[in-house]
Amino acid sequence: MTTGPGEQPVVLALSGITKRFGALMANEGVDLELRRGEIVALLGENGAGKTTLMNILFGHYVADEGTVSVAGADGRLQPMEPGSPGAALRSGIGMVHQHFTLAENLTAFENIVLGTVPLIRPGLAGRNARARLAELMRRSGLEVDLDIRVSRLSVGEQQRVEILKALYRDARVLVLDEPTAVLTPQESDTLFATLKSLAAQGIAIVFISHKLAEVLAASDRVAVLRLGRKVADLPTAECDRQKLAELMVGHAVTPSRREPKAPGAALLTLDGVTAGEGRDSIRDVGFTLHEGEILGIAGVSGNGQATLARLLSGLLPAERGNLFLRDKPVHAHDAGDMIRSGIARIPEDRHRDGVVGAMTVAENLVIEEIRGRRYQRFGFLDFAAIAARAREAIAAYDIRCPGGGAVARLLSGGNIQKIVLARTLDAGPVVVLAAQPSRGLDIGATGDVHRRLLAARARGAGVILISEDLDELFALSDRIAVIHRGHLSAPRPSEELDRASVGLMMAGHHTESEAA
Amino acid sequence: MIRFEPRENVSPARRIGAPVAAALVALLLASLPIAAAGAPVLEAYLLMARGAFGSVFAFSELLARATPLILTGLAAAVAFRARLWNIGGEGQLYAGALAAVAVGTGAISAPPALLIPLVVLAGAFAGGMMMLLPTLLKVRLGADEVVTTLLLNFVVILAVQMMLEGPMKDPMGMGWPQSEPMLDEAMLPKLLERMRVHSGLILALVMAIAVHVFLKRTVWGFEIRAVGENPEAARHAGIPVTATFVRVGLLSGALAGLAGVSEVAGLKGYLTADLSPGFGYTGIVVAMLAGLSPLGVVFAALFIAGIFVGADSMSRAIGVSNYLADLVVATSLICVLVSGLFVRFRIRLVTPKARKADA
Amino acid sequence: MSDILEILLTANFWAAALRIATPLIFGVLGALLCERAGVLNLGIEGIFTAGAMAGWMAVWLGAGLWGGVLVAALAGAAFGLVHAILTVPLGLSQHVSGIGVTLFATSLSYYTYRTALPDVSSPPRIEAFQPADIPYLSDLPFLGPALFQQTPLTFLALAFVVVVAFVLYRTPLGLAIRAVGDNPSAIEAQGLSVTLLRMGTVVAGSALMALGGAFLTMSAFDAFFFNMVNGRGWICIALTVFASWRPGKALIGALLFGAFDAFQVRLQTEVGGVVPGQVFLMMPYLLSIAALVVVARKADYPRAMLKPYFRGQR
Repeated sequence: MTTGPGEQPVVLALSGITKRFGALMANEGVDLELRRGEIVALLGENGAGKTTLMNILFGHYVADEGTVSVAGADGRLQPMEPGSPGAALRSGIGMVHQHFTLAENLTAFENIVLGTVPLIRPGLAGRNARARLAELMRRSGLEVDLDIRVSRLSVGEQQRVEILKALYRDARVLVLDEPTAVLTPQESDTLFATLKSLAAQGIAIVFISHKLAEVLAASDRVAVLRLGRKVADLPTAECDRQKLAELMVGHAVTPSRREPKAPGAALLTLDGVTAGEGRDSIRDVGFTLHEGEILGIAGVSGNGQATLARLLSGLLPAERGNLFLRDKPVHAHDAGDMIRSGIARIPEDRHRDGVVGAMTVAENLVIEEIRGRRYQRFGFLDFAAIAARAREAIAAYDIRCPGGGAVARLLSGGNIQKIVLARTLDAGPVVVLAAQPSRGLDIGATGDVHRRLLAARARGAGVILISEDLDELFALSDRIAVIHRGHLSAPRPSEELDRASVGLMMAGHHTESEAA
Repeated sequence: MIRFEPRENVSPARRIGAPVAAALVALLLASLPIAAAGAPVLEAYLLMARGAFGSVFAFSELLARATPLILTGLAAAVAFRARLWNIGGEGQLYAGALAAVAVGTGAISAPPALLIPLVVLAGAFAGGMMMLLPTLLKVRLGADEVVTTLLLNFVVILAVQMMLEGPMKDPMGMGWPQSEPMLDEAMLPKLLERMRVHSGLILALVMAIAVHVFLKRTVWGFEIRAVGENPEAARHAGIPVTATFVRVGLLSGALAGLAGVSEVAGLKGYLTADLSPGFGYTGIVVAMLAGLSPLGVVFAALFIAGIFVGADSMSRAIGVSNYLADLVVATSLICVLVSGLFVRFRIRLVTPKARKADA
Repeated sequence: MSDILEILLTANFWAAALRIATPLIFGVLGALLCERAGVLNLGIEGIFTAGAMAGWMAVWLGAGLWGGVLVAALAGAAFGLVHAILTVPLGLSQHVSGIGVTLFATSLSYYTYRTALPDVSSPPRIEAFQPADIPYLSDLPFLGPALFQQTPLTFLALAFVVVVAFVLYRTPLGLAIRAVGDNPSAIEAQGLSVTLLRMGTVVAGSALMALGGAFLTMSAFDAFFFNMVNGRGWICIALTVFASWRPGKALIGALLFGAFDAFQVRLQTEVGGVVPGQVFLMMPYLLSIAALVVVARKADYPRAMLKPYFRGQR
């Protein structure tokens, strides 16, 4: 039993939670207790089982073994009905999912009151719903315009609506899954300040994270999950960065580092490019990428990165401005044109854009070159050449699969990323666009991706690295530019920058003062 | 509570067994409407079997009925592989038939070796063009092809009626709205004396093999599969998605058009507005029963044709309405949809008791 | 030119437009409910047929007219339930399931009709709904014959426009229906059942569609014919997109359609000798395609439409 703040009562207890997905052990005998008014960080790598555990708590999944108990009105712990989000809500558990559970065609108010009154009745909510919400917003500091459609709110505002949803239902336990993934560092600070004030009002809070800094800064206690098991549960005061990293990964960690190297000639130039529409568009973006250089693009997701990536992938034309590859203008009508120009693209959403899940590993390895002379003759596929290529790539990139004939959908995220890396990097591209290349991967797979990108740089390719992970950006990038509301700051050598200054630029400060 | 667990590997036996089981279940379910009509159930089944397989003639009728179904089934299978929802097989069939009649009733006179290929090509071309319009509306303007192809079916059939009552009306037809008869040189040769089965069947079988090879072994086939399974990833990998849709649309429409050619130039010899009893729609069921496999389409078409021919013969004998056949076809579509679940998932029943023990 | 004006200015013309629009109003309301909840219901064509057959047959067997309407709605609900089970908890392709339901409902209706009436040369008739005679309103000049001499089912359709709009925009249920078609995880996270909500909406929407069919056999005509639905269901699917899933716009869309159809029928009598009749008969289908194409680019489909949802998935 851990020592909580003071002698606060336990409000939630998970004991012996085990959950299997087929052969995969997502959670194994996990115990976790939560006391009134404390903030617990649930720390672990991608795939460690954090989200699964919280989904069991909230009733999205049913545990194979183990119980969830919640304090009732009398303060006694009682087992909660498994597999029912309704039961979890009634027990006072509120969850803020990583992907928001908001209907974007409704207003914030409508989202909050949804399901809080019987469905068949006139009038959307109780008579004093608005008064209660006003009071909640005042007390928690979570201000938001209740009467505009959620689709028109910013990501930070949408998250506030999610928290208000939980508070409106009198949540006594608040669970947040990777709450800072979509926020700027400054927005994150504000969020944690809010969480602290909520905890002070007696709410117990669990937040899931894989970021060591925020765990150390914001939690009272840390529970560490590794490969589905809880490997540590200790007061944050007794932790430091190194210790948490080792607990999380299971061994000492050596991050990737780039070797210093003078950049070569100019390779890819964007000049005053405007493209896309709506919030994610880019406006008047310009930069030059050199040979043997990694250019990092920092920014909170949804500030134009996706549009920039689609533009460089040949999927979206520029409305204004020009692209030059080695001083020659690039006219791309589709992704095929970009591939033939030597621009390799590692897409952000590898499951949606990276592979055709229902096709085989071999087919996915050759899909970009299927019209090339290597894999076809007179329009008929050369199966021997395709199989040979699969064997070669599976060995070279250590793709863990039963063979080239295996269906790609069944592979893990890390192995799917290896398929994408093999087919894009082996073609010997001059430019590599890597969009969030390590998102969702564990440390081993992330290291793999980083080594491949550094190898491409060493070979003389130029790499554009779009990432939200400042650690990754600082470790790999020669220069860093920040994208905010579609505007890109002038790239600067990463040695001249630090996390705080980049964080401020991600929030929109200083961008105007940059020289073009 | 029912739980679906995805299967990692699906055995071929299960893949083939599931639709066969679905077809059998649909056939068994037909006993309900037969009994409801007050007819002897066993005798009805016996009569249906005899009507479909009981004699060489019966079987030749089945083959004649299967011929257009193989072609419309292929049309649906190819389109659905690319997730292009071509529900317009019926209209494309009539377009093909209309073109065949336009070429084959005397507009051109040539020896069979020349005229037959011309008739076939004209029908395929017309069917392909008929599907080109909705495909372009989809890829250029984003108009849902399900609705456009469905609505065009009605337009085409009205156009056929208009032609048959107007410029293409047979002056010797005693006032009936029908086209002039096809020239003998334009007719697909019969396969058996005094039977209706004709060489359109050979054409259909060749097309099934050709489509199979096309999808499995060619670059275009590869691209069609990729676009159908994941258009985003296909586009991202440089596959020309729009061109692929256009190709699929043309091929699918052409196959349905061939079904029209086969009916007019193989069986009827002239065009009427009731040429097809819904072959285009039934082709969708054939394709689904076949699991969208071109070779499977042949077997599915034989099964469905057996139902139709058997039900017709049974209906004549004991008076159960031959709409029974349509009912069995519809039921088998629903059954094969459900059977797909047993292929893709392991289905576990989780009793509340077991759940409580877990908790 | 003056001929055209003359047509448009007769009360008769507007009465016909409203009459043609009535089954479409039912159909579009039903389709938009299903689609708002995230389920495309291509069973509509078959459900129209089933409603037409079941309603008519109930009356023919001795039920009252309103009893027939109820039977039609129940038949529609039953076929809607089949579609709902296949597409919601089982998550099967909405396209294929819908086609399957259309084939199933159509063939079952035909089989039942043929089995009940094995050899009739001309279809038997029932005593159908008669145009209402509302005191004062029906006697108004122009407006009376145009609007207030319709059969009760037309008034029912107009009433349902108001009811559906009220439910969608003014009740918690409507909130939930709109939410489940946009992001079903929003429903699950608020402790409601995505499955029940979607299934319930599809069943209700299908019942409405069936009333469109019932109008054909119990109001517009007084008998059941094969192929009488003739693509009206598919037209409703196109009009639903045109109406951008709003009940008010659905009414306007159906009325525009009805007006156009009534107009071309009258035009046909004027120029019928020159232009073949089929050209006019094609018009409704071509018009529907045009309506779809015009709005397709900016159509704002419910975001979760066509996407099956399984619990715990986000």
